[in-house]
Amino acid sequence: MIPLSWYLILGAILFAIGVASFLVKRNIITIFMSIELMLNAVNLTFVAFAAQWHQVSGQVFVFFVMVVAAAEAAVGLAIILAVFRSRETLNVDQVNLLKL
Amino acid sequence: MLHTILFLIFAGICVAGALNFLLQHHPVNSALSLIVVMGALAALFLLLGAEFPAAVQVIVYAGAVMVLFVFVIMLLNAGVEEQTRGSRVASILGIPGLIVFFALMYWTLSAPRSQMASVHIGDYYVPTQALGIALFREFLLPFEVTSVLILIAIMGAVVLARRERH
Repeated sequence: MIPLSWYLILGAILFAIGVASFLVKRNIITIFMSIELMLNAVNLTFVAFAAQWHQVSGQVFVFFVMVVAAAEAAVGLAIILAVFRSRETLNVDQVNLLKL
Repeated sequence: MLHTILFLIFAGICVAGALNFLLQHHPVNSALSLIVVMGALAALFLLLGAEFPAAVQVIVYAGAVMVLFVFVIMLLNAGVEEQTRGSRVASILGIPGLIVFFALMYWTLSAPRSQMASVHIGDYYVPTQALGIALFREFLLPFEVTSVLILIAIMGAVVLARRERH
């Protein structure tokens, strides 16, 4: 038996690492992966609260978050492919124009 | 006791994988450490009695989504990340922001001690059947909206990734 706050603190640490890598990384694919890390941290807190209050809704929300993350990954990677075709770079510092 | 040991092991794996994700310079290494984080999170979901999210975490996240990421990394031949100077605001505000964040977390989590109960292993267990009943009764409308969202995402991905003919 462990306090619920341990799970919440773990989720907060993972989320903070996700935010940090979102700000630090320069590769567009890695930035996209740090968004996935943040979504995972949020999922952990959802499951922890579902266990705390004995509610199924928390786990249903985890399911929805996963579905939206999968859809986002598909569309985002397609956008990354399109960006790479037109710019031939993956560095976000060089992708600062809307139109070439 | 068992719960504490298992939690500490998998939380350690999670944090180590996330830090490795942050510190690696090659995108493939980052992607593989993210898969480690997701696997350890699936084990933590099982500790919390969430059977279905744990299975979906492994199948969808560590399986499908990360395979897609690794596939795109290899398709675009992404090499070692170029190091450029980040924004000045981030380097000034980063450490104070982190301290404020964790102070706020500590204050929030330590104040109402009475409401934050402890979690026992096997105390709350959701079988997939109960989750399915909740999903198809209470959450039927969001479920259907999500399916429309997936359909739109499929079409958007196909349109965006198509090579334009000149």
